Amino acid sequence: MRLLRLWPDGTKFDFMRFRRLSFPFSALLSIATIVVFLTMGLNFGVDFKGGTLMELQAKSAQADVAKVRQTANSFGFGEVEVQEFGNAGGVSLRFPVQPGGEAAQSAVVQKTREAFGADYTFSRVETVGPRVSGELVQSGTIGVILSVLAVMLYLWFRFEQELALGAIIGTLHDIVLALGFFVITRHEFNMTSIAAILTIVGYSLNETVVVFDRTRELMRRYKSIPTEELLNLSINSTMSRTVMTATAAFLSLLALVLFGGRAIEGFAQVMLCGVVICTYSAIFISTPVLIYIGLRVGARDPTKRAALPQAAE
Amino acid sequence: MLRFSTSKIVGTLAIVLIGLLLAVPSMLTREQRDGLKASVPGWVPSWLVPTRAIVLGLDLQGGSHVLLEVDMPDLMRAQTVQLRDDVRRVLRETSVSPEGGIQTLPRGVQLRVSDPNARARLLPKLRELSQPISNAILGQTGARTLDLNEQPDGPIQLVFTDQGVNERVRRAVDQAIEVLRRRIDALGTTEPSIQRQGADRILVQVPGLQDPQRLKEILGKTAKLEFRMLAEPGSSDADLLPSRDANGQRVPVERRVMVEGGDLTDAQPGFDSRTSEPIVNFRFNLRGAQRFGQATTENVGRPMAIVLDNEVISSPRILQPITGGSGQISGRFTVQQANDLAVLLRAGALPAKLTIVEERTVGPGLGRDSIEAGKMATLVATALVVAFMFATYGLFGLFANIALLIHVGLIFGLMSVLEATLTLPGIAGIVLTIGTAVDSNVLIYERIREEAHAGRSIVSAIQAGFERAFATIIDSNSTMAIAALILFFLGSGPVRGFAVVFVLGILTTVITAVTMTRMMIALWYRWARPKALPF
Repeated sequence: MRLLRLWPDGTKFDFMRFRRLSFPFSALLSIATIVVFLTMGLNFGVDFKGGTLMELQAKSAQADVAKVRQTANSFGFGEVEVQEFGNAGGVSLRFPVQPGGEAAQSAVVQKTREAFGADYTFSRVETVGPRVSGELVQSGTIGVILSVLAVMLYLWFRFEQELALGAIIGTLHDIVLALGFFVITRHEFNMTSIAAILTIVGYSLNETVVVFDRTRELMRRYKSIPTEELLNLSINSTMSRTVMTATAAFLSLLALVLFGGRAIEGFAQVMLCGVVICTYSAIFISTPVLIYIGLRVGARDPTKRAALPQAAE
Repeated sequence: MLRFSTSKIVGTLAIVLIGLLLAVPSMLTREQRDGLKASVPGWVPSWLVPTRAIVLGLDLQGGSHVLLEVDMPDLMRAQTVQLRDDVRRVLRETSVSPEGGIQTLPRGVQLRVSDPNARARLLPKLRELSQPISNAILGQTGARTLDLNEQPDGPIQLVFTDQGVNERVRRAVDQAIEVLRRRIDALGTTEPSIQRQGADRILVQVPGLQDPQRLKEILGKTAKLEFRMLAEPGSSDADLLPSRDANGQRVPVERRVMVEGGDLTDAQPGFDSRTSEPIVNFRFNLRGAQRFGQATTENVGRPMAIVLDNEVISSPRILQPITGGSGQISGRFTVQQANDLAVLLRAGALPAKLTIVEERTVGPGLGRDSIEAGKMATLVATALVVAFMFATYGLFGLFANIALLIHVGLIFGLMSVLEATLTLPGIAGIVLTIGTAVDSNVLIYERIREEAHAGRSIVSAIQAGFERAFATIIDSNSTMAIAALILFFLGSGPVRGFAVVFVLGILTTVITAVTMTRMMIALWYRWARPKALPF
């Protein structure tokens, strides 16, 4: 039986040369992301913005969106975003947070239920008051910052400083681009999105760490190898694994995008895009950036070397 | 390294088997589980039979998640009124009358007494109103509920201390949980969960509810019932309250409360025998019956005011003294409203108003769709990854696939033992771990290939592959685990469900991908004695 090989053995590809392309490309992309982030902003969901989200399902499998929009806007609860979804009469309504504190929010749900209860069933209702949404913003932000700090700490103990710095740069790059994906696609940004971002942080480091583990190993084996050559060798020798893992993760997430249903679609798409970003950045950003950070081949911290298991000869 | 002792093999298999067996109850329905429990012969110890199962999150099961918060201004107002009544009683007992009455402050009361004799009589009694706060862990904390401030010729102030306020909030939440439990139990739903959250919040989760709006109505009502008298128009000692009899217009009601809802022993919905209008029949306890009898005797011919949550729901004229201790409330109710009011009155009043600060409801239809979609995605993801691994690594791919399936089984087993909640993001987590779990196998296999290409013998290549890949596996899984753990501690509900799956997935992947695969390869090597790697 002939087996599948996605990446040929023993490649000597010069990945480092691509930094002249990938660095400006990523820099441009990151700046563009920051610009759209600041101008368009994230499409915050009710988790972070407060307000009410409702999903209605027409009992006749045919929704009259225009009428729903007209009726919902006549309630006087501010501008209502009305969208159709699926093809069996699904309508989603998003009301802004109501002035008048926590108690004022319930009126929205009650009014909408009274107005549409006869023709629609309510498949989802989410109401978040201003105080709770404030707290969720806080815990979401703390979560992202804390996880980046915790991972930094781990890298600091486990790897040489230069490698740790490279990994952090790559991870920040991935977070920025993932946020950019949210801005461009207008996917709702909510608590699940924070989970997606944190998973991307984990995956991004996973990819980088595998390459850097090899870099560290090669540094010990070849004491006087030029940095560029060392990094090229690290990537080439781990490339078949990188391709394999990225493909497996991509396939499983593709299944999630295609079959996971609407409720998880956004999360799955972001993760799918995240896998691509993370694989790219591990090869073309966090590794070549070590050339500029100045990886000192030869003068290594002997204590960190001892932490590695010695290969059985 | 490729030598696996028989005991080690048996041990590994036993652990895997136990792990997979633990997942069995989660695959069964509740009835099947109970049937299983009943069919086990008596001589088998009960702890040997796995009965714990995964709990489906509200987003999969359908149901309502309602977060309520104690309305602090309302609670403080109620506490201040209580304090004012206490002070009034003390004043009566010591026969002191303050100049200008008792003024209420935002967090207490104040009064002026300039006569030094009266002050000397009054102050020790007022001090007794302040109670020590005891703590379950520390015992007596030395803190008291009230501060008494006085200057020789200034006003006397009684103000709640911070600890006093916290203590009241804590007690209010405890009481409210009890009341809410009685109310929700009356709805007849299965397995509601009512938990304290933080200092002043209560989280109510009710799965599989048909009418979430009704739940909210039942949760949100304070249900404070008072029997008072309608006051003469222009009376000074009266509150102006909206009246249902007067179509929402405000009517004067005497401040004095004759009997309260707390003195009710029973309330049942019924119909008025003459008008067949839905009503609520109630019965007082002994104290309530006495007071009600006395008050109605004194006020024959005058209109009474039945006040529910500061609204006059009806104002019947007292035709004769009601001494039997029972009566009825009418208030233009629908049958459902009369029913709910009876439930609320039986369960008792909340100590303060509760505000809904968050509500998340998923209809049962959407939940079912999500489960189906999740199953489908999991199956397709598994099929794709399994085919991909087999196409790439052949026999070794098969080993990795067996390990992968066991890995998913173990996640379910661990979640069952922990009775963890499976949410929609949790299903996404399972699908994602299917993709990432093979990473460890890929790391090992690629390393084995490399070592073989470098000229090692097959045994030596396999050995080196496992050993050298191990450090990398630990590093890469640790970074993932850190992110997932933080998510677990910060997230709530569905997101936490994702974190649980992810953390468990990282734990089991190390067992299955490293130990299980190594064992399978060792057994295969012993049996086949291959001359070359199969991939």
